[in-house]
Amino acid sequence: MIFEPIQIPWTILGLFIVFNVGLILTGTVRKIGARVGRRRGIRIYQPYIDLVKNYALRSNFTHGMMFYLAPVFRLSGGVGLIVFMPLIYDSVHFSNFSFAGDAILIMYFMFFGTLGMALGAGEGGVPFSAIGISRGLSQVTAAEIPLILAFLAVFIQTESFSITEIVAAQQGGFLNWTLFTNPLATATAMLAFLGSMMRSPFDIVLAPQEIPIGPPTEFHSSFLGVLSTNRAVFPMAKTILYVNLFFGGATSWPELILKSFLLYMWSVVVGTIYPRFRTEQSIRWFMKYPLILGVITILVLQFG
Amino acid sequence: MSLEDIKKRTVLDPDGREIEIDPLKDYYCAATPDMKMEHHKSSAWVIEKFANWARSESLWILAFGTGCGAIEMRPLMTPKYDAYRFGIQWRATPRQSNVFIISGYMSIKTLKRAIRAYEQMPSPKYVLGLGSCTINGGMYWDSYNTINRLDHYMPVDVYVVGCMPRPESILSGFDKLKQLIKEGKGEGAAKYATDFKWYKKNQKQIIKDWDMPDYNW
Repeated sequence: MIFEPIQIPWTILGLFIVFNVGLILTGTVRKIGARVGRRRGIRIYQPYIDLVKNYALRSNFTHGMMFYLAPVFRLSGGVGLIVFMPLIYDSVHFSNFSFAGDAILIMYFMFFGTLGMALGAGEGGVPFSAIGISRGLSQVTAAEIPLILAFLAVFIQTESFSITEIVAAQQGGFLNWTLFTNPLATATAMLAFLGSMMRSPFDIVLAPQEIPIGPPTEFHSSFLGVLSTNRAVFPMAKTILYVNLFFGGATSWPELILKSFLLYMWSVVVGTIYPRFRTEQSIRWFMKYPLILGVITILVLQFG
Repeated sequence: MSLEDIKKRTVLDPDGREIEIDPLKDYYCAATPDMKMEHHKSSAWVIEKFANWARSESLWILAFGTGCGAIEMRPLMTPKYDAYRFGIQWRATPRQSNVFIISGYMSIKTLKRAIRAYEQMPSPKYVLGLGSCTINGGMYWDSYNTINRLDHYMPVDVYVVGCMPRPESILSGFDKLKQLIKEGKGEGAAKYATDFKWYKKNQKQIIKDWDMPDYNW
């Protein structure tokens, strides 16, 4: 990668677009959810108002250094994903700071925010946070294993750790997508995808009925504002990563937005249909179907 | 927790050393309301106006039903009345809510919890008194176990009359609250900070087993 200063404003613009798409997507999905439940639901721009409101509150109580840093860690996890990942394939402006080994870095960033949040929420002192963290970390770890197996399959298949090269290998018609060249890896990844989207059946971490809000129980005003900024960026970053790895990437913004919307809806549809798992149920589930599928994927790739 | 548990005392730690613990100091903060923060307003008129608009259009209710009026909150949020349309949402923790609905009679036992929850909410925060019980005690006015006037214990922004008020009335109460906030009159938290001593005197008069710090931020 050759660094040029002009990349910085373009990356910030890309981040800004992703952030806005994420917020509108959150509003749209909540609206769809409400319509399914025969309600009118929130206004589509409600996430924006909530965000402004959170930043405009006066109280800012802190419990210590890590409490301050946790939302920052969380946000840098989401922003880091976007910054080091090519958003639009073959685009001079929106390739961001992708480089030869970016896939490895991105796998670190996916876990980074969760760990930072764990430290900060622990300092908040609310027992519900501690329960939420222990549940969240065990669930994310369980979902991460099949996820890494699926990613490894893609890396072995394309013999590259560069997301740009992985997208390049999928160009020239949709039959070249990983979805069709390696359906087993895609299936594994799609199952693992559910685990980190914080939606039913894997939303016990944040379940308001069980452990008031889970890890963010104590976070309020601008702390919560930073966390909800990340809630807009992170799921988008994750879906864009999936679009890049499994669904042929995107050559334009509309294509990217359409693909990530459909991918996001996968977790929404599953969440609407299936009720919430308890932690041990979800871990057992991840260790059963996605993991076995992931191992088969690797074996097929090796000996098939 | 009893009064004995929060007294300052000397205990033996696991290593056999004698240490002094003061739960009120160790577990809670002894600070009183921060007047500067509670009364803070942006110097730019436009920014304060915009902030007030955002605050009024994003009202997060604390999911804490204190009396029989809590039953009216379910139709309020479900398909029949669907308050989500107006930017009203539930929140399960006081740290993230802005509106506290005192839904009906308030027993002395609940008052203690309500005060703790109210003080933990980030300001600016608003209180909506629901039903005649919060205004003058209603049908419980001579009860030994409920309070009569809510605004002696926490500043109330809007009262909604009725026994019980239907969801339509609650929605109209929310409209009134939004109007107040937009006009910059939703300053209950600032009032609470200013008249803190008066509120505490009233609260302690009625809560006999006061086993918490004076201010739970």
